[in-house]
Parts: sequence; structure tokens; C-alpha cells
Amino acid sequence: MDARRCIGSGMCVLTADEVFDQDADGRAVVLRPEPPAATRDAVRAAVELCPAAAIGLSTDR
Amino acid sequence: MGEPPHVVTTMPTTRRPGCPFDPPAELVDARRHGPISRYPFPGGVPGWLITGYDLVRSVLADPRFSSRRELMRHPTIDYGDIEIPPAPPGEFLLMDEPRHGRYRKPLMGKFTVRRMRLLTERVEQITAEHLDAMEQAGPPTDLVTAFARPVPAIMICELLGVPYQDRGSFQEQVDSFMNGETSDEDLIAAYTSTQDYLAELVAAKRANPTDDVLSDLTDSDLTDEELRGIALILLAAGLDTTANMLALGTFALLRHPEQLAALRTNPTLADRAVEELLRYLTVAKTFLRTALEDVEVGGHTVRAGSPVILSYHTANRDPDRFADPHTLDLRRQDGGHLAFGHGIHQCLGQQLARVELRVALPALVTRFPTLRLAVPPEQVALRPETADIYGVKSLPVTWDG
Ligand code: SF4
Repeated sequence: MDARRCIGSGMCVLTADEVFDQDADGRAVVLRPEPPAATRDAVRAAVELCPAAAIGLSTDR
Repeated sequence: MGEPPHVVTTMPTTRRPGCPFDPPAELVDARRHGPISRYPFPGGVPGWLITGYDLVRSVLADPRFSSRRELMRHPTIDYGDIEIPPAPPGEFLLMDEPRHGRYRKPLMGKFTVRRMRLLTERVEQITAEHLDAMEQAGPPTDLVTAFARPVPAIMICELLGVPYQDRGSFQEQVDSFMNGETSDEDLIAAYTSTQDYLAELVAAKRANPTDDVLSDLTDSDLTDEELRGIALILLAAGLDTTANMLALGTFALLRHPEQLAALRTNPTLADRAVEELLRYLTVAKTFLRTALEDVEVGGHTVRAGSPVILSYHTANRDPDRFADPHTLDLRRQDGGHLAFGHGIHQCLGQQLARVELRVALPALVTRFPTLRLAVPPEQVALRPETADIYGVKSLPVTWDG
């Protein structure tokens, strides 16, 4: 999660609110750095939808 | 370099009679020829028109395409050698980084998902008040003035801190900016009086901060002029877009009774229904960018300085991205529409718009189960394509009282 790129659109929170939230400045924060398997599709969608390409997914699991 | 590109020469294009929800046929047709077409701008400036989903999205995410006002060309007006000044302070829609960020950053925290969801109850209240008033006054009514405009207007004004008694006149001024039919003289008059009004408002917030976004911002290093610009952008965007989504959305639902029935009987459909209406209607239909350097787009070289029209409404109807794209399907699963744009300018107020639409649309159709058009559909007056935001001018509706 690259907080400098984030534009606070909230798309990630909307898509996967178990995994992402926004802080008081509107920047995305990762609540669960290792999202549970059940949220995987939503997290993928959040990465894809982020308008600022601020979220990355590492696959070394 | 592939095929020579398709050329589109008419702009703005018009919608086919009887198809008020579909993008103009020329644009849909251009998309069939490929996602990028040539469009000669006035004055012989070679430009481009992008109609495909993937390319629109990639240009929006690409910092080599600028939003700076001084670089923009108008798609139909030839400005000749006139120099366009940069966007005034605060009007961050027409700026690039880092100027843009100076204004967007302090606003980001004010429009988060969490904050906007907290406003749900207030939206419910305002919605109920207006539906009550509609019921009491009895049918028929113009849905635009009775419901679609006041609900978002009250919300954005409360959020920003525009006093209640000023809302009506302010709403009229914003409407004259946005309806696409105001004469140049009237536009200038509306702009000047809005600026004067906002100058007073900013001064009032500095003197007596209240609990609203504009007052909060007086606590930063932003100047009065900058605050005025920000307020103008937020008010215009907050008023006009959601109002048109509500009115045009209702029109679309009334023309698709089986979809309307699905929403009425299944309120859990609301979230998805709103996303689908945003995609299907895409009221903020086209935006402009200018290439800062030579960029390869879809196999063609967009030269430095070339203007580009991005057609969001055809991107949102791209058959390579959305199955059966011209069908309104409130149960649709494939998300990711571009109705709020993409990239660093993606709509700041989108979570507010979502809350408003999710509350107001289902409430309207449930409260008035017999809601229907009061005129034949072809008599509903639509905004011209010259308007920045598409929509209906008025929506006469009736119901069994
Ligand atoms: S989707 Fe991207 S830009 Fe939007 S809040 Fe999340 S990380 Fe930030």
C-alpha cells in the first residue's frame, strides 16, 4: 500500500472493507496485511479498481 | 502501426430519438471501428477521441496526459491564438500534480466511505421530507424540482456550510452553469455573482467557523481565493451530478418496469442497482486531456500537445468489458465502471453520491408504487449534448393518489 499515491477515493474500502479502511486524512490503511482467503477476490478487485494504482499484491503465500 | 484510424468529424454528436439513455450513435459506431479514433479539433488541430474502456482507463491513469486548463482545446470552438489562462486557484479539476494535490489532499479526509456512511440517516430524513411533501401536494409533479435537485442540494450545502436561506438562489445559479443552454452573457453574470457570493461565504466562515467542511478548511494555509475555488467546484459537482443521476435514473427505471419492480421488491439490490445505473447512464459523459509528450495509445502515436476526448459513456458500454453492455441489468456482477472517472482526478464526492442514490432511489419507488411518467416518454425534455452533465430538464411524473 503506497500511501503517497493514494487519492482517498475509498474504492478499496468499498470493495473489501474487512481489509481496508481510511484514516482521518482519507488515506487508505491496510487492516489485514495478510487477508483471509475468503476476501481474496475482493482484494484482487480492490487492487484492480484503485484509481491511483496505490495497492500492490504480493503473491508469496 | 496497424490500420489507419477511424475518423469522427461530428461533435457534439446527438442521441438517436427514442434512445435517451444510449450514447450518441456516432460514438458507439466509432467504438465498433476500434477504441481510438481521430478527431480533428477546430483550427486544424489534429486530436483524438477515445471510446474504448481499456484505453480510456489507461489514459486517465497516465501522468503524460494533462488536465491543465491552459493546455486544453475546446472540441467545437476555435480559440485561434487566444491564450487560455491556467485554472484559478482552488479549481483543482483543471490542474496537474503538484498543484492539484494542494487542494485535493486537505479534502480527502472529509469524503471518506466512513464519513459519508454516517450521513445516511440525514439523507433518509431529507428524502422522507421531500417524499411527504410530494404526497401531500398530490400528483402530478416535476420530479426534478420536487425531489432530484433538492435532496443532493441540501446535502452538499449542509456539508459545506451554505446557509439554508441561500440554497434556492445558489441552486439556480449552478443550474445556469450546467444546463448547456445559457448564453455567454448570462454565464458570465452567473459566474460573477457566484464568485461574489462565495467570497462572502468564505469571509463569514473565517469570522465565525461552524461545523462544516469550508469552516474546517479555514484552519489550513489555503487563501480566501483558493477556498472560493474549492467551494465552487464542490458545490457545482455535488449539486448537478447527483441530481441528474436521480432524475435520469428514475426515468430509466420507469422505462424498464421489470428492473424497477426488482428494485422495489428487493431492497438489498440497491447497492448494485446504483452501480449499474451509474454505468448505464454515465451522466458525466466526456472529459478532455492533452498529451504532454508523444504517447503510444492503442497502436497510434498521440503527439505532444494533441488534445484527446475521453468518452466515458461509450467506455461504460464497451462490449469487451461489459457483457451485453446496452442492457440495463440491476443484478449485473461486472463492476468497475468509469462513471466517476479513474486516476488522480477520480471523483472526490463519489461516496456521498453513492449514499444519496442508495437511499433516495429505493425510497422513491417504494413510496410511490404506481409512479409513472405523466407525459409520453419522447416528450421528456433532455439536456443538450453541449451540457457537461447529461440529464433531464424536467421529469413530469404522476401516481394514483
Ligand atoms: S482505492 Fe486506492 S486511491 Fe482509493 S482509497 Fe484505496 S488505496 Fe487510496
